[in-house]
Amino acid sequence: MFFDHFNYWITVILFVIGLYTVMSRSNLVKKMIGLSIFQIAVFLLYITMGKIEGGTAPIIIDQPDVIYSNPLPHVLILTAIVVGVATTALGLALVVRIKETFGTIDEDEILQMEETK
Amino acid sequence: MSSLFAQAPILAIILPLLSAPICALFRGATFPWALTTIVSALSFGLSLDLLFYVAEHGAVSYEIGGWAPPYGIEYIADPLSAFVMTIISGISTGVLLFARESILKEVPASRLGFFFSAYLLAIAGMMGITVTGDAFNIFVFLEITSLSSYVLISMGAGTDRRALTAAFQYLIVGTIGATFILIGVGLLYAMTGTLNIADIASQFDQIEDTRPVRAAVGFLVVGFAIKLAMFPFHIWLPNAYTYAPSIVTALFAGTATKVSVYLLIRFIYSMFGADFSFGDLPLTTLLLPFAVVAILSMSVVAIFQDNLKRLLAFSSVAQLGYMILGIALASESGLTASILHMFNHAIVKTGLFLSVGAMFYVTGSVYLKDLAGIGQRMPITTFGFVLGGLALIGVPLTPGFISKWYLVQAVLERGDALGYGLAISMLISSLFAVIYIWRVVELAYFKPSPEGAPTGEAPLTLIIPCWIFILGGFYFGIETSMSVGFAETAAKFLMGALQ
Repeated sequence: MFFDHFNYWITVILFVIGLYTVMSRSNLVKKMIGLSIFQIAVFLLYITMGKIEGGTAPIIIDQPDVIYSNPLPHVLILTAIVVGVATTALGLALVVRIKETFGTIDEDEILQMEETK
Repeated sequence: MSSLFAQAPILAIILPLLSAPICALFRGATFPWALTTIVSALSFGLSLDLLFYVAEHGAVSYEIGGWAPPYGIEYIADPLSAFVMTIISGISTGVLLFARESILKEVPASRLGFFFSAYLLAIAGMMGITVTGDAFNIFVFLEITSLSSYVLISMGAGTDRRALTAAFQYLIVGTIGATFILIGVGLLYAMTGTLNIADIASQFDQIEDTRPVRAAVGFLVVGFAIKLAMFPFHIWLPNAYTYAPSIVTALFAGTATKVSVYLLIRFIYSMFGADFSFGDLPLTTLLLPFAVVAILSMSVVAIFQDNLKRLLAFSSVAQLGYMILGIALASESGLTASILHMFNHAIVKTGLFLSVGAMFYVTGSVYLKDLAGIGQRMPITTFGFVLGGLALIGVPLTPGFISKWYLVQAVLERGDALGYGLAISMLISSLFAVIYIWRVVELAYFKPSPEGAPTGEAPLTLIIPCWIFILGGFYFGIETSMSVGFAETAAKFLMGALQ
């Protein structure tokens, strides 16, 4: 059962680890790490969908009865990876600005400072 | 159909998209603003053209790069998407007229090129979400919108450093929401092998009884709920609206959440079909309680705010509850009310946030304690705010009354105890709205101004756009045939698409 759907299990495990990290950590950088793991789990889901058992790379070759893997999910996920990188970059840039203005990257401390202001 | 008009669906998106990098190259306050305003106005013109064309001739389909669907990406302007496009570009153009003076107070002039570049990307993204007929394209445009809106919100850091944490919080929550949508689209693709919404919809009844599809529906609905700040997921919205620059708040209050409401309608009605969403799946019982809790609790929370922008933000969450309520009723009249409220609330809320922006321009604060006696200090702006507030409450002759009237009719159409209960909860929520608007009115007119408070009316360039929205709201509150007509056509189209 586990090895039949190996990729899908990994997807689910990474997905939950990422989401848990985002919710449980108060360090903003660790939150970003969790968010990246969470997104990467979904990339794996898409890439797994494209693989067809016994399929080869989708380059047309002159052979009968050849099975090709589906390249489209890979192309889609290339776009999603770009989005993920942009999100991480923007998130970390915000963390830098937060560190500059608040002097800390711990969410609990920031919340305290916001309340007292 | 002229040859240029045939390109209208793509032009409305590509103009802001391509102008964004040009904008980023320029420094100074005037050029980026002028370019953004012109581009936004052009998009508005194209959307209006499309709206009238579609209302008469039916949906327009545009094949990107000449690749025929379902393989190529298809842009579709149908009665619903053309209507939402018009709302987005119209609100954006009106807000930009206000932006010239207002934004200089909040963002340094050297950064305005980047600011307006992000603004244009946000517009392009929202228009793109609305017009595209491709499920993955929706995700891409959603992320374009989201990333630029995180930037726009964090630009408020010059006024209040909490804008940074608000933007970060929105980034975390928004990315989780978008990733949920991505999973949903992926599972649908795995089951159908296509990304074209119409194509998925046509195959939907063969696959609707499978577990991946149910999971996909779950992920998609939760993803949209996060993006539209539906009640338990609304936590990011009040912070983001409070600390963003005035014009950004006004723009997003009128457009961003409306786009997510549009997506929810589009997926529930066009793709899954009402029979599946409300028959096989209990979406009515899932969405209704959240809508009612949002309507009631968020109006109460709004009463206790000491920041005017935050007060309006919580009222926005409550008003989104009305739209969800209309969707959850699963009837044509409910859908009409929901679409109509999208339009009416967009105009009213933008007008309100713009008048708050004008108050901020003069007084430098949006805290209620600093705004005491503002009615004597800025009579024209404050009167506009009060008129907008009446629309929020739903006083007759205002647009708020029209959409609540249609919603009450739709609710009572059920004819059961639940229907009456919903109508009563809407009435109670309107009473709460009276209280929170009255708090502002009392403070503005019956409290003495603080010592040495800045006095004087905002410049005309701020007051005129503000009053365009307020008076425009009243126009659509009295002359309802146009807005109701478009909403009814859209609702009929969505319900008709099922058979």
